[in-house]
Amino acid sequence: MASKKARGGRLRLWVQAASAALSNGYLVGFARGNIFKGRSKAVCLPGLNCYSCPGAIGACPIGSLQAVLGHRSYQFAFYVLGFLTVVGALGGRFVCGWLCPFGLIQDLLFKIPFFKKLRKLPGDRFLKYLKYVMLVVLVFLLPLYAVDFLGQGSPWFCKYVCPAGTLEGGLPLVAANSGLQAAVGWLFAWKNAILIAIIVLSLLVYRPFCRYLCPLGGIYGLFNPISLYRIRLDPAACTQCGACQKACKLDIDIFRHPGSPDCIRCGACTRACPHGAITMGITSPCKDGQNSRHCKKGDRLA
Amino acid sequence: MDRRTGLTVHRLAAPLLILLGLIMMAVGVWRGEAAVVLQKAVNICLECIGIG
Repeated sequence: MASKKARGGRLRLWVQAASAALSNGYLVGFARGNIFKGRSKAVCLPGLNCYSCPGAIGACPIGSLQAVLGHRSYQFAFYVLGFLTVVGALGGRFVCGWLCPFGLIQDLLFKIPFFKKLRKLPGDRFLKYLKYVMLVVLVFLLPLYAVDFLGQGSPWFCKYVCPAGTLEGGLPLVAANSGLQAAVGWLFAWKNAILIAIIVLSLLVYRPFCRYLCPLGGIYGLFNPISLYRIRLDPAACTQCGACQKACKLDIDIFRHPGSPDCIRCGACTRACPHGAITMGITSPCKDGQNSRHCKKGDRLA
Repeated sequence: MDRRTGLTVHRLAAPLLILLGLIMMAVGVWRGEAAVVLQKAVNICLECIGIG
């Protein structure tokens, strides 16, 4: 019989695959070298999924955010930021762990045997703040203020960094569209270099893009401590044995920081805890401040 | 803020944020932002795919 740990991991993989397939269901686009043009593209998808992927049936929230902020008529993106607030308040970075297609790609790459696997990159404590730099500078400030003579800004993060756009949109479209093949230049080479770097790093360390560069993960992570669906720790049951941190591929000390903004809600810690001190769900906290299945029904706040 | 008040605030934060997010989305649609998203998403984004 498969272990609880293996079953949990497999379920997540199936959910990730289903989410990637549903988000990119316009398969004809891959053959024709064009993209879906239906009205569903006004709706953002929760994960990082380039809207120029031939199969994409919805919009990328980070691309959409830059599109609205870069538009000459708007100084604030109520629609996209409202969407991100709803998704973030519901599950924090649950989307990263369970629904994001680019997260799935990195998960699969990390499964490939490599000569060495690292828990984290050197300089991790500083590098993890890079995603907030990406968010503030490339997603907000530059599209808003670095504008052309018409008052239009560019999607700086998509243009100069996003490897998901290169992999999901650039490569399939350029491969199938001769017009685009004639237009490739230094920017395409630069973005492919970033993609190759992320692929190589994904073999070495778990989810390098999500950890260090993804502005979407940065936004969702801010909601991790307060989201409806979150990790709760029972301090009375926790012995601080560190089993959760050992099981966490992102090397988060969950027993100290259950609401860590880096946690992607994969659930490995809940399965690894030998004392059942870590739970993940929408359960209510106990009256005495503890947060676990150990508090009796009458001791819950609501 | 005492502990009980803190817990209540913590408990209410997510539902309030969800409500705020839904209101922001409605305001965004009313301002025409969803149309901007649609316009961007139904055309190949040359910047996104690395053409420029």
